[in-house]
Amino acid sequence: MSRVMINLILGAGVGLVLILSALLGSSDLALPHAVAALLGGGDATAHIIVWEIRLPRALAAVGVGAALGASGALMQGLLRNPLAEPGVLGVSASASLGAIIALYFGLGLLGAFTVPVLAVAGALAATLMLSVLAAARISAVQLILVGVGLSSFAGALGALAMNLAPNRFALSDMVTWMLGSVTNRSLDDLMFVVPFWIVGVGLAALTAPGLRALALGEETAQTLGVHLGRTRAGVIGAAALLTGGAVAISGVIGFVGIVAPHLVRPFVRHDPTDLIWPSALLGGGLIALADLVLRLAPLDQELRLGVMVSMIGAPIFILIAARTRGMGR
Amino acid sequence: MMQTSRMRLIVDRLGVLRGAREILSDISMDVQAGELVALVGPNGAGKSTLIKAMLGLVECGTGAVMLDGAPVTRLSARERARQMAYLPQDRAVAWSITGGDLAALGRYAWGGAAYDRLAAADREMVDSALEQAGALSLKHRLIHELSGGEQARLHLARLLASRAPVLFADEPIAALDPRHQLEAMKVLRSQADKGGSVICALHDLNLARRHADRIAVLHQGRLHAFAAPETALTERVLAEVFGVKPARGGGLALL
Repeated sequence: MSRVMINLILGAGVGLVLILSALLGSSDLALPHAVAALLGGGDATAHIIVWEIRLPRALAAVGVGAALGASGALMQGLLRNPLAEPGVLGVSASASLGAIIALYFGLGLLGAFTVPVLAVAGALAATLMLSVLAAARISAVQLILVGVGLSSFAGALGALAMNLAPNRFALSDMVTWMLGSVTNRSLDDLMFVVPFWIVGVGLAALTAPGLRALALGEETAQTLGVHLGRTRAGVIGAAALLTGGAVAISGVIGFVGIVAPHLVRPFVRHDPTDLIWPSALLGGGLIALADLVLRLAPLDQELRLGVMVSMIGAPIFILIAARTRGMGR
Repeated sequence: MMQTSRMRLIVDRLGVLRGAREILSDISMDVQAGELVALVGPNGAGKSTLIKAMLGLVECGTGAVMLDGAPVTRLSARERARQMAYLPQDRAVAWSITGGDLAALGRYAWGGAAYDRLAAADREMVDSALEQAGALSLKHRLIHELSGGEQARLHLARLLASRAPVLFADEPIAALDPRHQLEAMKVLRSQADKGGSVICALHDLNLARRHADRIAVLHQGRLHAFAAPETALTERVLAEVFGVKPARGGGLALL
């Protein structure tokens, strides 16, 4: 299958999930009314439900899933490790810690950008640390273990903030961030994050071709013409901006970044550069689909997206880890 | 065919430190256009480090490496890649890409595309390199499904596809069967005959003797000898450096 074809198919899938998300839901909006509202007609209530509640939430889910899927593909290419992923390596947890700090201190210095900025800063700190370790030629297993430790540490600091939370509202905000959710996200929430994602996509586009050469290792990649420092910085920056932005919207949602690239890799001939777009599209589609399913589930209390995704993603992660050969590098 | 008039690569009193330990010291040599130089020496003599130092991959503590009169460290990554290509000893590939995509990495400094999207001229160079390396039939195979020898031929194709005037190969024949060993040496020899410079670390002294114009004998980080094969690999050098002697009926024997 050609690279264009897989992207078209996955893109069409994302479009389909978005349309379904707009049309289906738990409120008493009959399907014909929802269709009418989606097409620009219908009454005011239907219009609000479709355009101001369902679609922004679905778009947030697509954006978060796409950002995490792309981050996973980028980090895997840079670290040459199929298990690298923002959630597994503690990048998401560090971003979440940044968001929690913003909430804990009620920081308003940067206005609505405070949460995304601190989330990106947390993601950047974690990604930098991981890449320094990766450059020091630690084994793939060690790198994953460091990520696990980093994840636990950031989680513990987040728990500490919750433990000392000034009031119940701050606490409930933080819990939402730890569990991961796109409930009640508006277009405004998205708009504060989109600039970070645009810069992230730009950096990724500039440096992603280097990942193809990095398949042969850092030294050989340099002799092929890769500017190693630039590539490393660009990929790290892109992964941190994408992950930080995603966490700023939804909190921690794990395993997308590992499952999406794993599933599409055979369709791009295992090419680490061609992997990025399909991973983003599949990640976006999967998260939006998961959110749609839990929105429709007949439960009294809505499931948290991050919880549900982890319940599906963690077993797949274990499966991939068990089947990965040559982990000692 | 030798264009002995042109000094291409000059190593000038090169020294490399790792921590406090001196891995290479006081190495001076040159490689001309149209010449195949074999680097030989026992394990740990510094062959791989010398190749990496010539490529600018490890920092020289002292001395310098000059390519066509300019220090290699002064070149940008892309300029260097267009002049010098490198086949490392470690041939691990992180992803099970196709043979064609692996060979296409040889053209990375001219665009960086995967095989399917190479410009026509680049694709022709990759195909002809695959053919020279005896790897054309592996073009569409995923490399993690191939044997070590098949992968080694694809790496050789990747090296040749660069068409770089200076080629470095660190143990290019290590994983190959006898026929493919000879074919690989023949291909590298032909690159030199066409005016290229080839620097090749080898363990097989007979192959080195047979294919190299000059042999550099490394011993404990120093250049023990650097001359034509018959002058470089004397019985004394064999004994002092390798601890072996010529055996009756060809081959080598322990002292």
